[in-house]
Amino acid sequence: MMSLESIPIQAFLIVSSALFCIGIWGLLNSRNAVRVLMSIELMLNAVNINLMAFSSYVDNNLIQGQVFTIFVITVAAAEAAVGLAILLSLYRNRVTVDMESFNLLKW
Amino acid sequence: MSIAITTQIICFTILSLVILIGALGVVLLESIVYSAFLLGGVFMSVAGLYLLLNASFVAAAQVLVYVGAVNVLIIFAIMLVNKKEDLKPINDIKSRRIISTSICLTLLSLLIRVDLTNVWSLSSPQNSIGEESTIRIGEHLFSDYLLPFEVASVLLLMAMIGAIVLARRDVMSKDISTGLPVDQELIEKSSEPLLTNKN
Repeated sequence: MMSLESIPIQAFLIVSSALFCIGIWGLLNSRNAVRVLMSIELMLNAVNINLMAFSSYVDNNLIQGQVFTIFVITVAAAEAAVGLAILLSLYRNRVTVDMESFNLLKW
Repeated sequence: MSIAITTQIICFTILSLVILIGALGVVLLESIVYSAFLLGGVFMSVAGLYLLLNASFVAAAQVLVYVGAVNVLIIFAIMLVNKKEDLKPINDIKSRRIISTSICLTLLSLLIRVDLTNVWSLSSPQNSIGEESTIRIGEHLFSDYLLPFEVASVLLLMAMIGAIVLARRDVMSKDISTGLPVDQELIEKSSEPLLTNKN
């Protein structure tokens, strides 16, 4: 086995792409609206891992990727708050969280 | 291989396994409550990966915001909407599953192929600034990223007000400015849900 001096960046990228694809699968296949929100959080975390890996390996002096990650975390928190408020309002109107019953925009 | 790099590789392997298995559990488990707690574990492991990348401030922010705020919010939402309901069966669920799974696997193989075949010309993270990263992030936030920082505060305020307006319950019967009765079709009623049994 060849000797490494650090973990290769490919390892981080593979983990983040697998996490992103799991998030997409959950987004497409969940019936429960809360689980859809959780899948979105998983995808945002995959993006964050990507940004952090490149920030540490490419730009380890001016860590701009870490600043970007901070902003992504902020937007994700706002998105979660508004998403769950929309979910509560939907639940009050339709008494279900089944994604298949939210079809008012379907023609 | 020195002992430090071996430790790093062991930590990375454990964290990645926890992240991927936890994420699969979040997506696949029947019980939504188990999913929510597994999501907390995934967030903690992602924070561990950040520590491995010499980013202690972002790891702390990840734990505080994701585990402390987002995950707790999701658990509260589950508590408010958790009701046993029999889901209507879908006719073409099998073809949907097959199509979506193949799309996800294709995307994954594409990403991994790009990742492995590309030649990365990178500096190693050995000479990274490490402990100084918190200072550097602060300098960025108050110099060249000042405008996004301020816009983020406005965004958080808007999200807070929007969440309160969307989730609150009481509805006035009269419009404040005109005095006319409010069109109740547009606003939820407190007693009876509007849109049930419409299918």
